Amino acid sequence: MTTIFDLPSVSPTARRDDLSPAIPGLEPALARRKALRVPTLAEPQIARHYTKLSRMNYGVDDGLYPLGSCTMKYNPKLHEQLVAMPEFADVHPGTPPRLAQGTLAALHRMSVLLAAIAGLPAVTLQPSAGAHGELTGMFLMKRFFETRGEKERNTIILTDSAHGTNPASAALAGFRVLELKSLSDGTVDVDALTNVLDEHTAGIMLTVPNTLGLFEPRIREVTARVHEAGGLCYFDGANLNSYIGRARPGDMGADVFHFNLHKTLSTPHGGGGPGSGPVAVAEHLEPFLPVPRIDFDGERYGLDWSPDQTIGSVHPYFGNVGVILKAFAYLLRLGDQGLAEVSAYACLHANYLQHRLKDVYKLPYDRLCKHEFVLSGEGVAEGVTTTDIAKRLIDFGFHPPTVYFPLIVHQALMIEPTETETKESLDAFADAMVAIAKEAANHPERLHEAPISTPVRRLDQTQAAREPILRHPFET
Amino acid sequence: MRYIPTSDADREAMLSAIGLSSLDELFADIPAEILDGNKPLGLPSLTEQEVAATFSQLAQRNPAARAFASFQGGGIYDHYVPAIVPYVLSRSEFATAYTPYQPEISQGTLTAMFEFQTMICELTGMEIANASLYDGATALAEAALMANRIRRRHRIAVSRALFAGVARVLQTYAWAAEIELIELPIGPDGRTVFDHLPEDLSAVLVQSPNALGIIEDLRGVKDAIGDALLVVSVHPISLAIIEPPASVGADIVVGEGQPLGLTRSFGGPLLGLFATQERYIRHMPGRIAGRTSDVDGRSGFTMTAQTREQHIRRQRATSNICTNSALCALAATVYMASLGADGLARVASASARRAHDLCDRLEQISGVSRLFPGPFFNEFTVRVPQDPSRIHRALQQGGFLIDDPSDLSRLGVENAVRIAVTEKRTDEELKRFTRVFEEA
Repeated sequence: MTTIFDLPSVSPTARRDDLSPAIPGLEPALARRKALRVPTLAEPQIARHYTKLSRMNYGVDDGLYPLGSCTMKYNPKLHEQLVAMPEFADVHPGTPPRLAQGTLAALHRMSVLLAAIAGLPAVTLQPSAGAHGELTGMFLMKRFFETRGEKERNTIILTDSAHGTNPASAALAGFRVLELKSLSDGTVDVDALTNVLDEHTAGIMLTVPNTLGLFEPRIREVTARVHEAGGLCYFDGANLNSYIGRARPGDMGADVFHFNLHKTLSTPHGGGGPGSGPVAVAEHLEPFLPVPRIDFDGERYGLDWSPDQTIGSVHPYFGNVGVILKAFAYLLRLGDQGLAEVSAYACLHANYLQHRLKDVYKLPYDRLCKHEFVLSGEGVAEGVTTTDIAKRLIDFGFHPPTVYFPLIVHQALMIEPTETETKESLDAFADAMVAIAKEAANHPERLHEAPISTPVRRLDQTQAAREPILRHPFET
Repeated sequence: MRYIPTSDADREAMLSAIGLSSLDELFADIPAEILDGNKPLGLPSLTEQEVAATFSQLAQRNPAARAFASFQGGGIYDHYVPAIVPYVLSRSEFATAYTPYQPEISQGTLTAMFEFQTMICELTGMEIANASLYDGATALAEAALMANRIRRRHRIAVSRALFAGVARVLQTYAWAAEIELIELPIGPDGRTVFDHLPEDLSAVLVQSPNALGIIEDLRGVKDAIGDALLVVSVHPISLAIIEPPASVGADIVVGEGQPLGLTRSFGGPLLGLFATQERYIRHMPGRIAGRTSDVDGRSGFTMTAQTREQHIRRQRATSNICTNSALCALAATVYMASLGADGLARVASASARRAHDLCDRLEQISGVSRLFPGPFFNEFTVRVPQDPSRIHRALQQGGFLIDDPSDLSRLGVENAVRIAVTEKRTDEELKRFTRVFEEA
């Protein structure tokens, strides 16, 4: 695989005088001595190199991207154009509010809209991603108990189907993590929950619908029990695409809810960010939200630094504004009607795919799902793993689903097709999955050897971990 | 049906296949009292043209971008972004891809991550770098948490001269993790004073150039802080001409990567830089790409050292971070590739030269003088004879933006303003800026 460090350098264009010492008064020992080893390239070399690299990637525009819990929906082109406008892109965050009323107005409106979607009264836009939203939520809960003199509430309960970020965020905020075993159908065991609730309970972290794509039938009972025990309910919003515009976390008993704008509200994932993870909270947590808050006096938008019970800041400025503006454009375009259609078609497509695949692959929980469902690769054929199935899907032209998650399903294949697919592409994916199941029985070597159609085939992870090469090895 | 390509006929066919007769029945598993509670937002659906018009109207209320020249800084700077950068980012294979969990179809993202890590190692002089964190502020907070994990202590000394937003984020994380932060004062030369350090520190955190613009001299600091880790927050472009922190024995180097080809976008998205030494790899937060080979012996890239991460280690992970700033890291990679070593040095030199030129001009004004004698890169602080907010306002009226002087009051510095200059500021702008400053 060629990197830019392998490309031939052209002659530097610098005039010598440009490179003379530029910092008067700098101690000579503090001036850089060793030259940077970044090659000097001409623009066509760079354009070709990165175009070539881009062809070795798979994006949403390339085809179905059924990553469960990631909501890889289409990213509208308009959004990129809007945020690239200099009026939005070329503004420093320290700009006096009166000169940036447009951005502040959009951010303020966005927080009002997100609050309404969540059914909760207040929102912070600062968190930079979903996990950052979780961490912010944990900070808010910690501060809540601190101000009430209940520091002994140090335990966060979560289920064994939770995203890995949930326990990691709770731990980072200093909470103890208590994992609750799910019922055999993957939903919360309310009796077991009731048994562990006590004076140490700070709260519960829930994903609704859960990571099996199933709506918690007793959600209101779950949240009521936690509230009765003096705890708070945190909702992970990764799966909001399944009910947006039709139901609200606030009505389910959520005290804190985080959005993933890069999932539900169509902003591109960027190969791993930037995302945006706004957090909505109930009234009793509002005083602790990060500062500055964006306020509106009916005429002008400004910054409010006053809340003295605030946790502080989780972002140096206002959050990932460029991402938030794209999500704002998406909400404006969709409106109420469009949002209700998003969740309806997301669920329709998932249920249709589930229906098409459940007789071919093991479906541990056979019922109405929401926007995603989980199959097991177990039992497809002797010696064939979920990895084999996933890798063979690549040869059929599809991005694989999320694999080996949730942990409570062996050999899990977690499939989320999203609303932005045609029936034709869903059928093509289902046909590929069926064909792979047949191959698994008759030609298992095709699965073991997959993928064969890619620039590189299966990579040696052990070698990568054992002898880490994490940067270009320059010849010395 | 804005972005939903399903035809009515296909909808009916799919409903009938799953034995339902309407879309609403897909929500039969949600308790009725929850569905009944839903309230519409009161939002009509707009056409694409109407959304674009709405944004144009909002844009008109953002005069900062077009009608003002920016001398703002504090970690976010107005550097020129070559056209190749947004072009590469606009390719949807990069922009719309997920985190590269499937390396065979993610070699584009993974190769760029490897290039990025190499460039950050080159800039900082460190042995390893991750593929990005959210921003420079959370990168510093993560460095503090990492130092605590390594040293198993909870006390950290931190220079007072951090940028305001960075300091706020650090304080928030420190409160939650029950870290005791001890503030190190600023000496008469504008540099952090490392004397009289308390015992049992897990780390010493310092920013260079610091919030007053002064380039710290960290020689000897490592010896003075015992076994505490030295964590340095940097301005990446300055490292093209300033000696990298590795040369003074830094254990962790972090920084805000925005100057490397990202627009300012009212402060986000940003790019957290994070580099350290190889011996600390198991403690490092964030994604890492590594080179390996495939079953046919061809070289390729994959994410590695994932056993540190939340999706495997859960509550024992080194960080909760998942989505980070991959596309911003790609921007920085393309930016550095397009400039090359010489270009980066020229951007750094030109920014510094113009900053010093402006500082010299301002010092000609009666009552205006540099606050500290220490050397500065592209940002400096000058004492002013009048109320600094008056200068701030006068400059605004003259078409210039500088940081709010209240950023400095936090550092105990009154009657002063901080000014940042990049290679984009013209001689004409520097002259006019000086004139407006003088007349304020």
